[in-house]
Amino acid sequence: MGILRIIFIRVVYAIALLLAVIVLNFSLMHMAPGDVADTISQSMGGADQEILDEIRVSYGLDQPFIVQLGRYISNVVQFNLGYSFFYNQPVTKLILERLPATLLLVITAQIAALLIGVVLGVISARKPNGLSNYVVTFLALFGYSAPVFWTGILLLITFSLNVHWFPVAGMRDVTIEGGFWVHFIDVSRHLFLPAVTLGSIFLALYSRLSRASMMEVLGSDYVRTAKAKGLSENQVVYKHALKNALSPVITLAGLQFSAVLSGAVLVEAVFSWPGLGTLAFQSIIARDTPTILGILFFSALVVIIGNLLTDLALRLVDPRVGGNK
Amino acid sequence: MTRPFIHEEETPQAQHPFTEAWSMFRKNKSAVGALGLLTLITFGAIFGPYLYPTDPFEMVWMPFSPPGQEGFLLGTDYLGRDLLAMIINGAKVSLMIGLSAAVMTVFIGVTVGALAGFYQGIVEEVLMRITEFFQVLPTLLFSMVLVALFGASMPMITFAIGIVSWTAVARITRSEFLRIRELEYVMASRASGASNLKLMVGVILPNALPPIIVQSALMVGSAILFEAGLSFLGLTDPNVVSWGQIIGSNRQYILDAGYTVTIPGIAIFITVLAISLVGDGLNDALNPKLRQR
Repeated sequence: MGILRIIFIRVVYAIALLLAVIVLNFSLMHMAPGDVADTISQSMGGADQEILDEIRVSYGLDQPFIVQLGRYISNVVQFNLGYSFFYNQPVTKLILERLPATLLLVITAQIAALLIGVVLGVISARKPNGLSNYVVTFLALFGYSAPVFWTGILLLITFSLNVHWFPVAGMRDVTIEGGFWVHFIDVSRHLFLPAVTLGSIFLALYSRLSRASMMEVLGSDYVRTAKAKGLSENQVVYKHALKNALSPVITLAGLQFSAVLSGAVLVEAVFSWPGLGTLAFQSIIARDTPTILGILFFSALVVIIGNLLTDLALRLVDPRVGGNK
Repeated sequence: MTRPFIHEEETPQAQHPFTEAWSMFRKNKSAVGALGLLTLITFGAIFGPYLYPTDPFEMVWMPFSPPGQEGFLLGTDYLGRDLLAMIINGAKVSLMIGLSAAVMTVFIGVTVGALAGFYQGIVEEVLMRITEFFQVLPTLLFSMVLVALFGASMPMITFAIGIVSWTAVARITRSEFLRIRELEYVMASRASGASNLKLMVGVILPNALPPIIVQSALMVGSAILFEAGLSFLGLTDPNVVSWGQIIGSNRQYILDAGYTVTIPGIAIFITVLAISLVGDGLNDALNPKLRQR
């Protein structure tokens, strides 16, 4: 089966998943107490039944469920997720403004956790009784057991409030003026602690798995052959073994997108990072249903695209994967 | 025909699987210690409120009285409430939600996984697509939405955690069922006329249990973390104290009173750590591949 055909199938599949998310979103909105008319009347300071009915008609809320669902789907497909009466902005615009900050945080944390995790894993697989092994075990226990928001607050107390190495909150310092690099450094300083916090959960996962995977690969026949050919230890590890040891780690990383986004919500709340998580938090307090559901939709979209990309990356790294799927 | 001669010491007494697992578990020192700690925490959660009857909502002293002073072992929070009383009462909520969400997770996960692995074909296809759908939903966000839309009661919070967490259990159960259903003793029961239900529940499930038990133990820990996250964000029943909520409500004051955040965090950390160490111990004890080592 050609790679194009595989990509096509995966994309169709992703679209089906997304449709399911939209239907779920709509059903939730339908089941939740109160509707758009109530929200509008609340923001107007109350309205009588006649006006409520008028609003319901103008928003099509008097139509049968299936008609409303069809309209909702066609709206969402055009990225029209409704209007937020709390922020007085279209939901899509609101979300697209916040999405880059979340993506920056999530991707930085993931890449850092992957790189450091794999390096730690490889080192400790080569020296099973070395110091790095204890580091990996400790990280794994801490990463699994510590609530991520607590880790974040501890880092905040230590490095921002006590020694002032990093800014306390936000993503950039608005008073700073200068060129690209000045802003780059500013954002990096703001990004450091949130990314470390978010990465800490996944570092544990990746280092543990790459250690296990590397140990398994190092014991296999072709590695012995490579050693017997007289290749140096480093060549064997980094040229032959690592590539095969990586594919379970990449698979796992791909499965973490939803968990990373969940972690990001909490980390953003701790560091006041201006992303989707903070927006979700604020709109939940404000009971702003269109925005909440819009965020749910966009996060699912991010997860689905992330899974799709992982799947393709895996095929590039490891030709054994899914030739006949 | 001569009877085969068997040495006494070559045939060790067959033990009940639980006895064998327990003797393996006992060798893991940290797991035994963790189990002891967990028992202690559970007792504290149940009997603590009677032994230390201070009302966690009552303002007993000045706000931000540091730990150990004025007779308050862990100090007071931003409203002057006794932090020790809050921690003790919070334990109940954390453990109860952790346990009941894990039970729900295991129930859904095992049912879905067992049906998918046993029937295969179209049933498996549909169930696995549903599983994937739930994997795509960003877990915490979806739970936040559920709790925000339908109210922050304890059953709703438990449901919101359970409904997003069962996919891992379903996958494990399915792969175990797929493996075991092809084994000879299952074929034999099938040939002797056992019904599908009997095969699933009576024959395959008991043999699929070890990895499910380990995963369930870990589920309790992650459900506790999950609940802590929700209540940290304020999505919690306002009439009960929970550890995450203490952190969430005090976090504006970390500059003045870091302990109001550090201490409940330690409580969560130790509890979840103990659960994961017990999980590791169970894994060693129940995984026959590791027994030889």
